[in-house]
Amino acid sequence: MHNETAHITPYRAHAWVLITLLTLTFVTITVTWVDLSALTVLVAMLIASVKAYIVLTYFMHLKFESSLFRVFVVMVLAIYVLVILFTLSDYLFR
Amino acid sequence: MEHRDDIGAKLGMWIFIFTEILLFGGLFLVYAIMRSNYSTEFHQAAHHLNAFIGTINTIVLLASSATVAMSITAVQKGNNKLAVILLFFTLLCAAAFMVNKYFEWGHKIHIGLYPGSDLMVSLSHGQVMFFSLYYFMTGLHMFHLVVGGIILTIVMIKVQKGTINAGRFVLLENGGLYWHLVDLIWIFLFPLLYLIT
Repeated sequence: MHNETAHITPYRAHAWVLITLLTLTFVTITVTWVDLSALTVLVAMLIASVKAYIVLTYFMHLKFESSLFRVFVVMVLAIYVLVILFTLSDYLFR
Repeated sequence: MEHRDDIGAKLGMWIFIFTEILLFGGLFLVYAIMRSNYSTEFHQAAHHLNAFIGTINTIVLLASSATVAMSITAVQKGNNKLAVILLFFTLLCAAAFMVNKYFEWGHKIHIGLYPGSDLMVSLSHGQVMFFSLYYFMTGLHMFHLVVGGIILTIVMIKVQKGTINAGRFVLLENGGLYWHLVDLIWIFLFPLLYLIT
């Protein structure tokens, strides 16, 4: 039986993930104070994506699950990116 | 011999999470298009949001996510008592988030800024769009937070009773996954609504 993964993430690892996420949050806030005009949104979304990646990988344990889970997540995100691209191409080049 | 399939249970939870990602994804898409159509109005309207409360809630949510993840470690190590404490801390964070939201929304409703109000009707179309999305997206997010809180309360009771233990904790993992989803959505909501002014 393959029930309950044997991998135990140490408390310290979770603490470090939290510290990283908090640091990235303050980086986002500082970046939006500095006016980079059009770049601000891009940088903020980039940092948010990094944070999302960290949450998915460590807190949501994807790193230690069967690769089937990662394949599913990547496919769903790819579908979502396609939806965004098709919709934006419709709106922007109409 | 007991029949159970923990990988299957987690896969089911993930498939549910995918539907949630696409639900919020649709709203983020509406936001992106409205923002490109009404960029100046969105900038003006976003100034009315309280970035300080937004930041506090971000910290609260990130901390609560970490304690849920740690509670899994605690249960795996057979320390259910610590897991209950960690889950209780998570629930306290959820409550703190709600209190902050109460003050945040309360202030806006007090100054007459809510969907359908006279003030809202008098605003430009772009600003109405911003505040409608703000109320709908943070409202839907808060609904998920409440549901997550209920799930984690049930999980906490089961950890306390010992029905969730080192040999069987997939319910805690799935409850945790849902809670991390709430965190994940906020990671994008916070900069898009509060910071980009």
